[in-house]
Amino acid sequence: MPALIVENLRKTYPPRRGAPPPRPAVDGLSFELPIGETWGLLGGNGAGKTTTIAMLLGLLVPSGGRILALGHDMATDRFAALARMNFSSPYIALPHRLSVAENLRIYAHLYNVPDMEHRIATLAEDLELTDLLDRPAGELSAGQKTRVALAKALINRPALLLLDEPTASLDPDTGDWVRGWLERYSAESGCAILLASHNMAEVERLCGHVLMMKQGRILDQGSPAALTAGYGREDLEQVFLDIARGTRAEVVS
Amino acid sequence: MKPALRRVWGLVYRHVSLYRRSWPRLVELMYWPVLQMVVWGFISAYIAGLQPSGGTLAAGALLGAVLLWEVALRSQMGFALSFLEEIWSRNLGHVFVSPLRPRELVAALMSMSILRTLVGVLPAMLLAWLFYGFGLFSLGPVIVGFFAALLMMGWAVAMMVTALILRHGAGAEALAWSVLFGLTPFSAVFYPVAVLPAWLQPVALSIPAAHVFEGMRAALLTGQVAWGHLAAAFALDGVWLVIAAMVFMRQFEGARVRGALLNIGE
Repeated sequence: MPALIVENLRKTYPPRRGAPPPRPAVDGLSFELPIGETWGLLGGNGAGKTTTIAMLLGLLVPSGGRILALGHDMATDRFAALARMNFSSPYIALPHRLSVAENLRIYAHLYNVPDMEHRIATLAEDLELTDLLDRPAGELSAGQKTRVALAKALINRPALLLLDEPTASLDPDTGDWVRGWLERYSAESGCAILLASHNMAEVERLCGHVLMMKQGRILDQGSPAALTAGYGREDLEQVFLDIARGTRAEVVS
Repeated sequence: MKPALRRVWGLVYRHVSLYRRSWPRLVELMYWPVLQMVVWGFISAYIAGLQPSGGTLAAGALLGAVLLWEVALRSQMGFALSFLEEIWSRNLGHVFVSPLRPRELVAALMSMSILRTLVGVLPAMLLAWLFYGFGLFSLGPVIVGFFAALLMMGWAVAMMVTALILRHGAGAEALAWSVLFGLTPFSAVFYPVAVLPAWLQPVALSIPAAHVFEGMRAALLTGQVAWGHLAAAFALDGVWLVIAAMVFMRQFEGARVRGALLNIGE
């Protein structure tokens, strides 16, 4: 059974009063993310990535279609799935007046993590946070905050991890450290990861398969190497530009 | 600990940790109830001095009303502001993608409401006893019932406020401070329901607090416990809470359809 099955997923936001009906934000998305693999979700602004991730997390009710996360239907049994999933995004903060340890304890309680203090100590050691545990989260650098957010996202040993731009606003050195760490974690844990990112080098390095989205649909998909070859380009960034600008659509079709 | 209880504790722990780190926040909880008690305590002392026979009883009823109304106010604010705290810290997204059920979120906010109310109102009660010799607990065990009925009313109003925040975003947050003050004239806090115009009395009697204060005045002035009023207050609390829970859940699910949970703090 794949970690995530998405069938004909659709979302059209309710129209604002007096405004014309909006076009679908997500329009017939289908894919299956196998256990233990890392997939990338790529697309320009407004492609539907955030809406897709919000539906996968149960934050947003789809207009149609079906999501099976770790065998649980998100429409009827989402809390059973959420207990074994987790999420990290630089755009959602942790309470910044609380210490790193307090923040991690909150989520250890919410996810019913056994042997909480040991788990926090292990994660802190793995992510080089041990010296930061007593520091308020708001006083950390961007790189330290990213590592704390990752620790929060891994607190429950998730079988399915959704990452939204995990290295956004990090310097190249810290970004590289995070990517290396995710690479090792994915290989060791068998966790399925869906990664939304605008960093093409990151996607090429981490993802075995990429979903290219535009206007709510998957326009193309495949391994980074296959996509690059298929478009006759040198790297994924050029493929992304082709798809975003519609300049090489005839090659795909 | 059962997983559901642990999730509730997780959210309570989050708020308790915040207060443990910040003494100004703790002082702020006590500030208004104590200030209200001091001002109304002097007014009560003045009234008691003007008319020594009935004035003392009236002054006691006034001070009791001030202290008990603070319970409803602090309960409502304790619930609604704890929810707003999640919005202000931009943490709500993490909370809503955790396995925390909406009913557990409500239970955690109710728990925080109890803690904030106790921290806010108990010092004022103690000072009322020390400064003015007014002991609310001299009413007997029924005071626990009054206290509980007002807490529950505060939760019902706060759930409605939270539902409005889910519907209209953080722009509705001013209601968290103001909405219960709007009910004060109809809640018979400082005067009996009979003082209100006849057409307004049914409105007052549909508010749980009106029955609590009628019961409190009966206990203070006649020494008799008005169990009927207490039972009516609890019954109305039950109705208010059921309606508020339905509205809250409807708005929560509506927010999931509209995508409002993604940007509720903006």
